[in-house]
Amino acid sequence: MEKEKLLITSSPHIKDDDTVEKIMYGVIIALIPASVMGVYYFGLHALLLIIASIAAAVVTEAVFQKFRNYPVTITDGSAVITGLLLALNLPPGLPVWMAIVGSVFAIALGKQVFGGLGHNPFNPALIGRAFLVASFPVHMTTWISPVDGTTTATPLGLMKLQGVSTDYMSLFLGKIGGCIGETSALAILIGAAYLLYKGYIDWRIPLSYLGTVAVLTTVFGQDPIFHLFAGGLMLGAFFMATDMVTSPITKKGRWIFGIGAGILVVVIRLWGGYPEGVSYSILLMNGVTPLINRYTRPRVFGEVKNNG
Amino acid sequence: MKTVTFKGGVHPPHVKHATEHKKIERAQLPPKVYIPLQQHIGAPCKPVVGVGDEVKTGQKIGEAESFVSAPVHASVSGKVVSIETLPHPVGANVLTVVIESDGKDELSEDIKPGGDLESLTPEDIKKIIREAGIVGMGGAAFPTQVKLSPPPDKKIDTIIINGAECEPYLTADHRVMLEHSEDILFGLKAIMKAVGVEKGYVGIENNKPDAIKKMQELVKDENNIEVVALHTKYPQGGEKQLIYAITGREVPSGGLPMEVGVIVQNVGTTAMIAKAIKTGMPLIERVLTVTGSAIAEPKNLLVRIGTPFREVIQQCGGFKQTPGKVIMGGPMMGLAQASIDVPVVKGTSGILVLSKDEAKQYQERPCIKCARCVDACPVYLLPTRLSHFAQHGMWDEAEDYNALDCIECGSCSFVCPSKIPLVQRIRLAKSQILDRRKKK
Ligand code: SF4
Ligand code: SF4
Repeated sequence: MEKEKLLITSSPHIKDDDTVEKIMYGVIIALIPASVMGVYYFGLHALLLIIASIAAAVVTEAVFQKFRNYPVTITDGSAVITGLLLALNLPPGLPVWMAIVGSVFAIALGKQVFGGLGHNPFNPALIGRAFLVASFPVHMTTWISPVDGTTTATPLGLMKLQGVSTDYMSLFLGKIGGCIGETSALAILIGAAYLLYKGYIDWRIPLSYLGTVAVLTTVFGQDPIFHLFAGGLMLGAFFMATDMVTSPITKKGRWIFGIGAGILVVVIRLWGGYPEGVSYSILLMNGVTPLINRYTRPRVFGEVKNNG
Repeated sequence: MKTVTFKGGVHPPHVKHATEHKKIERAQLPPKVYIPLQQHIGAPCKPVVGVGDEVKTGQKIGEAESFVSAPVHASVSGKVVSIETLPHPVGANVLTVVIESDGKDELSEDIKPGGDLESLTPEDIKKIIREAGIVGMGGAAFPTQVKLSPPPDKKIDTIIINGAECEPYLTADHRVMLEHSEDILFGLKAIMKAVGVEKGYVGIENNKPDAIKKMQELVKDENNIEVVALHTKYPQGGEKQLIYAITGREVPSGGLPMEVGVIVQNVGTTAMIAKAIKTGMPLIERVLTVTGSAIAEPKNLLVRIGTPFREVIQQCGGFKQTPGKVIMGGPMMGLAQASIDVPVVKGTSGILVLSKDEAKQYQERPCIKCARCVDACPVYLLPTRLSHFAQHGMWDEAEDYNALDCIECGSCSFVCPSKIPLVQRIRLAKSQILDRRKKK
């Protein structure tokens, strides 16, 4: 009798369709509206920055993986996200080579030195951005106006230095100075809705993050709507604070993460030396994520109820 | 329909369409049956027949000598041709009685109805259950009579009949509920009487509305029995999840259902209890679902215990595609088989044959900390952490993170986008933790 050749593996024998690739490409799709608006407002140079940053990220990842004899996994989309997110967090007038330097740094020192995908403690795009801010502080804080292409200040800068507010409509649509992908709240929200619908991000982080900023700015006599829509908060709350790898795995932990980041943003914006604090707030919370995970372990089924 | 459920869990595709509307068919008698002397959790049986003996259908051929055990019976009439160690679908090889059928299916004289429920005492009922060799037929195969005999300090007040059938593909319980609903009610009453319990529930997932309706109609005049619709979600049929959904009670970590006053029985087992009491027939056959894309004609079959998988598959038209994987049970918790030359045992709820394409091995990627496994775990564990600890031999940490509470439902592995074999690693951690405890 002919024997069948049967595969023997441990259960379960079926798996969900979602893969790392699908999730990563989902995030990329969700970033398209913000990218398109960025290019629309800031022109071809913004597009160039986006392309250069993505390309640099992907190439750096490939080189690292080749060099270390790891399988090359650049098609999984994760390096593309890092490159794209970094670009969206850059001033639209930045020289292209600086974007490339930042992107290489983001992948090399933000991700690959830790062992690649899943092992990095900090959001790589924000590491790249922080590096650029430290190295090229002037370029990284020079903004152009989407209206006439001249140098301008961001709404947060105007507020901090001159006490001038910006009208809500411009803030919402993004017709303001700022990083390529952060100005249009509308575009970001469209992408965010897609991510929430797909279940690729947990609503707890953006809600607690934005909620904390809204409450605290109100408490300190500021305009909460202005603070929600100005600067990089929307982009940060939906696309960077929610980065799976660098945010807590527990639900309670995600609340703490969002609230913590919210407090930090308000502190930096109101009393810090910079007009904006989104990147640092997220990076700092990334740093305490392992700790948050450790102290927010859920009660195991049948554990506490029985004992107390 | 109002439904109840538990927290966590996953929604695998149901894939029950191939068999859910197919009536249970009686399989042809096999020419030979292979009856393992151990088909249950607990001590193996001692053979009470020898090679060359003539046996009749229903005759006891293996005696259970310890408390946690269950006797086995001849499932056909004929001649014992050998007693030898043979492959068993649950892993290790087991001493097995091989009977060549004489095709007559002559019933043993020992088989006598147990009498009506009114006149039977709880002890009588338990004795019938034990003598009939009844074990949990949902897959766990724990001796039923033992489960119905909790220590006197544990007050049981509720019996739950598990008709969730939350495993994808399987429809045997569904069909039993439709076609043998009266037996289920009878069996439930027998169990309630045996344990001295006032309240009985039948929990059914709401993807089986016909079964819910049928059972509801049947119990409408019973004021202490209730049919509960359960939200369709895996592992709704897990004992602890089912108890929580229906009663709101949480079985303590590391404890058994009886600690919250509940005993759970599968629908197939319950119907079998009714049969044993009504006719005296021991557990020599069971309903199982034969399905999967590689099976030509998927069916719900009533099969004699000891029938080789090969025989069963042939009766379902054989393979229509090259089989890639043969699973005993459902796709979430079933066991992959090395060969189809193993017999159907009391715990075989289904034979699922996946095609070559479906039986793939997944490329594992690094954990991206998406926490889907955390959200899916019905025990609220952190599978990603446990798997990490297991990979690095961090057994103390794994124990501290409650690895032993894992019910091995596989929900975590199912949802993981990185295709990490989480439950496999957690199983490893569990066995390491237990080994180390023994050594202490
Ligand atoms: S950790 Fe265990 S109980 Fe939790 S989902 Fe995984 S297999 Fe199920
Ligand atoms: S589901 Fe998989 S990738 Fe996501 S956290 Fe769990 S183990 Fe990691």
